[in-house]
Amino acid sequence: MLQITDIKKTFFPGTINERIALAGVSLTLEDGDFVTVIGSNGAGKSTLLNAIAGRFQVDSGAIDIDGKSIRRLPDHARAQYVGRVFQDPMAGTAPDLTIEQNLALALRRGQPRGLAMGVSNARREVFREALEKLDLGLENRLKTLVGLLSGGQRQALSLLMASYTHPRILLLDEHTAALDPARADHVTALTEQVVAEGSLTTLMVTHNMAQAIRVGNRLIMMHEGRIILELDAEQKRRATVEQLLGEFAKIKGAVVDDRTMLQ
Amino acid sequence: MIGTLELGLLYAVMALGVYLTFRVLNFPDLTVDGSFTTGGAVAAILIINGVPPVIATLAACVAGALAGVITGLLYTKGKIDGLLAGILTMIALWSINLRIMGKSNLPLLRTDTLFTPLKDAGILGTFGSVLIILAGVVVLKLLVDWFLSTDLGLAIQATGNNEQMIRSFGVNTDRMTILTLALSNAFVAGCGALISQYQGFADISMGIGLILVGLASVIIGQAIFGHRTVFLATIGVIVGAVLYRIVIFLAISAGLDPNDMKFISAVLVVAALLIPRWGLFKRFQRRRHGAPAVSDATAAVATAAAGVAESAGKGK
Repeated sequence: MLQITDIKKTFFPGTINERIALAGVSLTLEDGDFVTVIGSNGAGKSTLLNAIAGRFQVDSGAIDIDGKSIRRLPDHARAQYVGRVFQDPMAGTAPDLTIEQNLALALRRGQPRGLAMGVSNARREVFREALEKLDLGLENRLKTLVGLLSGGQRQALSLLMASYTHPRILLLDEHTAALDPARADHVTALTEQVVAEGSLTTLMVTHNMAQAIRVGNRLIMMHEGRIILELDAEQKRRATVEQLLGEFAKIKGAVVDDRTMLQ
Repeated sequence: MIGTLELGLLYAVMALGVYLTFRVLNFPDLTVDGSFTTGGAVAAILIINGVPPVIATLAACVAGALAGVITGLLYTKGKIDGLLAGILTMIALWSINLRIMGKSNLPLLRTDTLFTPLKDAGILGTFGSVLIILAGVVVLKLLVDWFLSTDLGLAIQATGNNEQMIRSFGVNTDRMTILTLALSNAFVAGCGALISQYQGFADISMGIGLILVGLASVIIGQAIFGHRTVFLATIGVIVGAVLYRIVIFLAISAGLDPNDMKFISAVLVVAALLIPRWGLFKRFQRRRHGAPAVSDATAAVATAAAGVAESAGKGK
């Protein structure tokens, strides 16, 4: 269970560039919750994910996982609980290492890394099975450098790696936004499959409102560092894109960006 | 010429260390210039005081590792730029090295060194000793290969490749950086210990400009063998170190003064860095014209070597 209580974050405080990124966000994710996050640019969606992952320390508030405070932990220590897929397909994998080496890195999440072989024959079999689920033929390319894969393949691999050891929380930061529509659909389908199989507690930022409604069991809308709308499972089932756009329109001065409008 | 091969193989130990930081960790570590001398100094003073050469050499490695840790701490905890952190340690080591040695030159002429058994058996300076040194270097290369393929080694490779990603998998990248700098400088100092025993003295200035020798070796090796796998890359490093010595040997045979060698080293590194890039550019052009792409990295290095030999000839 992830419990966020009134977290605040201001970037560049006291300067002309001061920007309130999180103005008091509270959110609780029960085990198995799959929450989609929407909002205009600069609403604080990515900042929220970065705050949970520990890219920076929040100014105030509490972040607890299973009742244990992780607020003061650095990002690499939080990785024990939190898995992450970034928007940039290049960000979630090591390009100069092979597919199997990348999976070996993912396998040891949150555990001490010693002098055992990263890729043993036994591990290789496990990797092969996991890759088969992606349905991309990567199980036959274990020794291919990840840098040679397409964006869609790398993002599918990133997703597999982030969820591989069943972290307590999975954070997805617009992880399909940089892909063409067909690949985005494939990665979205994979996401639903991976989350369902591992019953992972997931927070997914997306620009695609239809996707936000279709995927997951809860939905939140953010604006100017606050959560301004929360839909539970029942409300979310009845929600429509028009209704969400209506909510956006209610926010005075909110600009719905082009990408959102086009969807 | 045999001596050139021996020296080249000995310097390959240092080049393996530079490979770990420059290529694997993606960190240009200038500590090398200082830690090489530290290794030579520690080994020399210990041997003169009757410590067995093997133990003296290992002690040199430990001293080098400590120097690497200092640079690592300055960079990670002190948030000092990597180049500057290396330079700071390197400069500070100059004074420390003088303190260790007590004077600026320590001769090892009448003492037993690691090479004394080879000399006594009459092998030193023959292909026999080249083979023995080669065997030792290959063992070290295989150790590096093995280490980089372990869970820990993969985490180090990922730290140099995509730091954000590997942190998100729970690796403390600061710790990886410090560990790699320590290992790298242990290799470098170990090489300094070997060289001082091989040439029969330790000198305060023996490490000056050494980072260029390491870079030249790594870059030349990479141009020939690529860096597709660690196994090939480390072979490249050894071959690069030997080729570098051969180029220097040719330059001196062509009449250049040993004092010109720093200049030659710099020219060689610039050439090895630039020429493959131009080669790549050519390849790109050819591909645009529909002709098959040809890998000319090897040719590029050959050209570089020829160019240096030529300029050496002109210098006469």
